[in-house]
Amino acid sequence: MAASNSTPLIEVKEVTKSYHRDNIEIPVLREITLNVPKGEFLAFMGPSGSGKTTLLNLIAGIDRPDAGLIKVDGTDIARLSESALAQWRSSHVGFIFQFYNLLPVLTAYENVELPLLLTRLSRKEKREHVEMTLKLVGLGDRMDHYPKQLSGGQEQRVAIARAIVTDPTILLADEPTGDLDKTSATEIMTLLDRLNKEFGKTIVMVTHDPRAAEKAHKVMQLDKGELTA
Amino acid sequence: MKIFKLITKNILRHKLRSVLTILGIGIAVTAFIVLQTVVEAWYVGIEGAAANRLIARHAVSFIFQLPLAYEQKIAAVPGVERVTYANWFSGVYIDKSQFFARLAVEAEDFFQVYPELLVPPDQMETFKRERNSCIIGEQIAQRYNLKLGDAMTVEGDIYPGEWQFIVRGIYKPRDKMTDPSNMFFHWQYVDERMRIETPQRAGKIGWYIVQIKDPAQSAQVSLAIDELFKNSPYETKTETERAFQQGFLASAGAILTAMNFISFVIIGIIMLVLGNTMIMSARERVREYAVLKTLGFSAGHIVGLIGGEALTIAAAGGLTGFALAVPLVSAFEEFMPKGWFPVFDLQPVTVVYAAVAALCVGIASSLFPIYRALNTSIVNGLRQIG
Repeated sequence: MAASNSTPLIEVKEVTKSYHRDNIEIPVLREITLNVPKGEFLAFMGPSGSGKTTLLNLIAGIDRPDAGLIKVDGTDIARLSESALAQWRSSHVGFIFQFYNLLPVLTAYENVELPLLLTRLSRKEKREHVEMTLKLVGLGDRMDHYPKQLSGGQEQRVAIARAIVTDPTILLADEPTGDLDKTSATEIMTLLDRLNKEFGKTIVMVTHDPRAAEKAHKVMQLDKGELTA
Repeated sequence: MKIFKLITKNILRHKLRSVLTILGIGIAVTAFIVLQTVVEAWYVGIEGAAANRLIARHAVSFIFQLPLAYEQKIAAVPGVERVTYANWFSGVYIDKSQFFARLAVEAEDFFQVYPELLVPPDQMETFKRERNSCIIGEQIAQRYNLKLGDAMTVEGDIYPGEWQFIVRGIYKPRDKMTDPSNMFFHWQYVDERMRIETPQRAGKIGWYIVQIKDPAQSAQVSLAIDELFKNSPYETKTETERAFQQGFLASAGAILTAMNFISFVIIGIIMLVLGNTMIMSARERVREYAVLKTLGFSAGHIVGLIGGEALTIAAAGGLTGFALAVPLVSAFEEFMPKGWFPVFDLQPVTVVYAAVAALCVGIASSLFPIYRALNTSIVNGLRQIG
């Protein structure tokens, strides 16, 4: 178990989670408690099946704990209804997937614009946000490209742009470099580091890659559903 | 970008599949519209039936005749305003394929009882004066290029021999429900010849048309008429014109039921075609829906995306079907043997049925994919490989 002395932006308290397969209960997380202060860059490491991604999903509000409390910026997200949780995710969470998960029928611009469809911004404001964000990730000249016309690293940068375009409270990344070559992985980690340092983004990342974890301020180890360091 | 743009892009993701689905729906909608148009054409006589007209015919069958002497007795029944009669003449004009109704009618009152047959007054006067004259519908005049004063020779079958008529009137139908392809001539003209050639057939008419004062009294008046001739050699069966027309259709009832059934089976097929496409599309996009939900898209958005896609495809298919059906119905009318269906038009109600069917198909086909998309958790959705 670990805890921070700073004011926590993310507060996880005694969270337990199990999955059920064929009537067999598989415990994934056991009474996890941790705090993540604002502006933190935290990495979870651990072997496969240790519960890293499950913990990230719970913090993102895309899964629910069996027991325990998860507060993000003061909101107990486990108590929110499905629709309220969806609304909360749209304004507070930026999620970066290992396999980018861009919509193949949309251009880079349109993929980044997707989360803004849920906002009340005008068309002009949306355009400004999208263009600024794509320029920030170094893809200002690739706006009209479809995912299949981009490299893996570029796709992940579009995914990062999509995650940050709404200026979310927290940025969650699940193996963001897991599908990339070394050069692209370095570029992505540099970008995440920049987002943390220059823009003060709170980042929680799951990774197997020790080089990626080096960029984090803090690394937590998970094993068999428990925080070990 | 709007949600609709995403729907459009999703539809265009597999262009061939979408085009084939739209075409499949289009062809099915076309078949539905054509079949329903045929069924509607059968029922057009019923639609045009007047509430204040009763038909008194022989109790056994329409093919047996009634004595002319009944006219005055029927006219005396309380509630009866006017009585006229008609007789099915049949016969062949040019050749047997040139079918249209040829009726021997009582010239004085027949056209007053049928105000939907619009005959210019001067033509009506001439018709009434000349025993061998006839009035034809404008469709017959156009089809055979007949003008006032032209002669029409009909080869009789029920009434054998050659029958000469002079066209003295051309009627226009008052509305689309009125058959514009009839030929009317004097019953007296036929009867005079019958008296000479086959006297036992003289003085008989096919059926009486009874105009009543109050349509609400149709049941009582019908009973009163039938009561008059009870236990006579010529018992009558009196019913509303609508019921009389329905009796005609009863003979084709099985065919019409089958056509109706088939047209709704077609709707079922459309549903399966679109349902299959939507299920395939939704299954391929389970992961994408999970991503959208992660981004904050609500259940309503997912319903909108899947339902919108299904409805758009159904609407495109419906429009395609309508676009194909319009010329097809015209072609059907053009090449069909003349006289089969005097009124063969694409009715607004058929278009509404087709539109509603397409809408229902769109909704129904999206239900299962929506159910699946909503009931797949984000975590499970993200695990899916598209």
